[in-house]
Amino acid sequence: MSAISVKNIIKTYGKKKQKVTALNDISFDVNEGEIFGIIGPDGAGKTSLFRILTTLLLADSGSATVDGLDVIKDLKEIRKKVGYMPGRFSLYQDLTVEENLQFFATIFNTSINENYELIKDIYVQIEPFKNRRAGKLSGGMKQKLALSCALIHRPSVLFLDEPTTGVDAVSRKEFWEMLKGLKAQGITILVSTPYMDEARLCDKVLLLQKGKVLSINTPDGVIKDFENPLMAVKAKGMLPLLEKIKAMDIVKDAYPFGEYHHVVMKKEENVEQLKSNLTKADLKEFEIKRVEADIEDCFIQLMKEE
Amino acid sequence: MKQFLSFVKKEFYHIFRDKRTMFILLGMPIAQIIIFGFALTNEVKNAKIAILDHSKDAVTASLITEIESSRYFEIEESLSSDKEIEAVFHKGIVKLVMVIPAHFGEDLQHFNKAQIQLIADATDPNVANQLTNYASAIVMDYQKRITYERKLPYTINTEMRMLYNPQMKGAYNFVPGVMAMVLLLVCTMMTAITIVREKETGTMEILLVSPVKPIMVVIAKAIPYLLLSTINIFSILILSVFVLEVPINGSITLLLGVSILFILVSLALGLLISAATETQQTAMFISLIALFLPTVMLSGFMFPVENMPTPLRVVSNIIPAKWYYNIVKSVMIKGLGVSAIWKELLVLTGMLLFFLILAIKKFKIRLA
Repeated sequence: MSAISVKNIIKTYGKKKQKVTALNDISFDVNEGEIFGIIGPDGAGKTSLFRILTTLLLADSGSATVDGLDVIKDLKEIRKKVGYMPGRFSLYQDLTVEENLQFFATIFNTSINENYELIKDIYVQIEPFKNRRAGKLSGGMKQKLALSCALIHRPSVLFLDEPTTGVDAVSRKEFWEMLKGLKAQGITILVSTPYMDEARLCDKVLLLQKGKVLSINTPDGVIKDFENPLMAVKAKGMLPLLEKIKAMDIVKDAYPFGEYHHVVMKKEENVEQLKSNLTKADLKEFEIKRVEADIEDCFIQLMKEE
Repeated sequence: MKQFLSFVKKEFYHIFRDKRTMFILLGMPIAQIIIFGFALTNEVKNAKIAILDHSKDAVTASLITEIESSRYFEIEESLSSDKEIEAVFHKGIVKLVMVIPAHFGEDLQHFNKAQIQLIADATDPNVANQLTNYASAIVMDYQKRITYERKLPYTINTEMRMLYNPQMKGAYNFVPGVMAMVLLLVCTMMTAITIVREKETGTMEILLVSPVKPIMVVIAKAIPYLLLSTINIFSILILSVFVLEVPINGSITLLLGVSILFILVSLALGLLISAATETQQTAMFISLIALFLPTVMLSGFMFPVENMPTPLRVVSNIIPAKWYYNIVKSVMIKGLGVSAIWKELLVLTGMLLFFLILAIKKFKIRLA
């Protein structure tokens, strides 16, 4: 049985004239004990999807189950079993760390001691500050507290909506380590993120753009689907360089990527052509190399193909 | 039950840790009672007046002393010509000028008849009215005294008795009004705001995705405010009895009982507002504009409902504070029992049920 099953979900906002489609016919399945990533930029529909699955919103059409329970019919049961961490920090800022945790433990009819094992690794890091008000915590610590609160009742499925947005690189890394630990405990995790580099850390990813599914695959599978050769090019005067590359008809696509431009070639034999073309152009500080595509490259290609 | 208690505990933390709100909640009723009791009053005391005495004889001298010694007036200026009257009003300090014509004493003695002119600044008609009434009353008193020796045939004396409020104190009127106002503000506005705050900060999102029943959230939120309001009732009553000397003539238990009924109505209204709004600002705005203003204007506390045009009188019936205000006046000031207020009680109970059912029906178990 899938931990989460989504079939043909459509969600629109607004009235007839200014109708915005947030989710356009989304279907996917998440297996038990998987870390499933929803990857997409802001406005892709990630939060709408999370809210539908956590019974907070009603879809216009389509159906979804979480842990075998229908998100509309079995609202009460689902609310008992899942853990949800919204995108915005949503704990009580005027309550201390410990009071927050205690409160959420009680409303889920459990106690901190009962499930301490599960949150121990996370909570020990913020325990020294347990008498501090939640509002006075740093971003990373807030995140840990929110995760502890979402886990306190040992949920079967954990929904994390952009948990690493606005968190520093070190805390982000730590956070993903924690998720691995939770996965080992058998908790299914649905996590969304706008950071493409985090996609690799998931077991499976769904690339979402403007409410449409671009691809559902393992991170390696997504990359494997990227068949065109990919080059990274660098030289003095990046902007004219990009113009020049874009003008070539052997190039399928070119875009800035970090300190390089990524150039997607139409065919394998175009690689050498590009090299010789650019060497002839006599560019200063010129550098060209073959690179492996990563999720972001795949995302950009899939987006353009749409 | 444990869930519920920890929820109530959390609400108390919210209130106690927000010192400013706490201060407003408990300080407001005290401040209002004191402000209404000592500063804002429409009783006229020590009004500044001027006197233009053309006659300057023994009779006018004793009349002026009479006026001077009353607690209503203070003689600011003595004028010497008619021209000065306009000038003295322009300055704006003097609100009334008493003009005594020449030969006042002689006329009184020889013709048994004399005239006094009262000129008042009627920019504020109520004040002008009161001042002229007070001044005429003093003149009448004086006249009665000087005609006492000479028996006049056919005199009708009016004997007045002010029931329930013999000293005509304004406090008898505003204490019930302030009670209605404070309870409405604390209960309605604060409950509305605290629930909406959870929506605004996103905590409602987490609460919804938990086994907590919405009705529990709502009741747990209302309880601290019920308690605070009860404290407020006590502080208002203690202040009004011991500082303003407004007695509680009826049964205290009955008074507390109806107050709690009114608190419940206000809480239900607050819940209704919170269910219908998304931001704290809107909640506050609706509480103030749609509730507070009509309460002040139409409950009969500031302006008597009987004198309003029919449409406003009809509207005033849907204002809970009007009924509560009537009950408090009847129980506290007149000392009446349940038999006198059953109609008001029935209306308030009906309103409570109506608002509560509507609030629960409107409570969203989802975000949209």
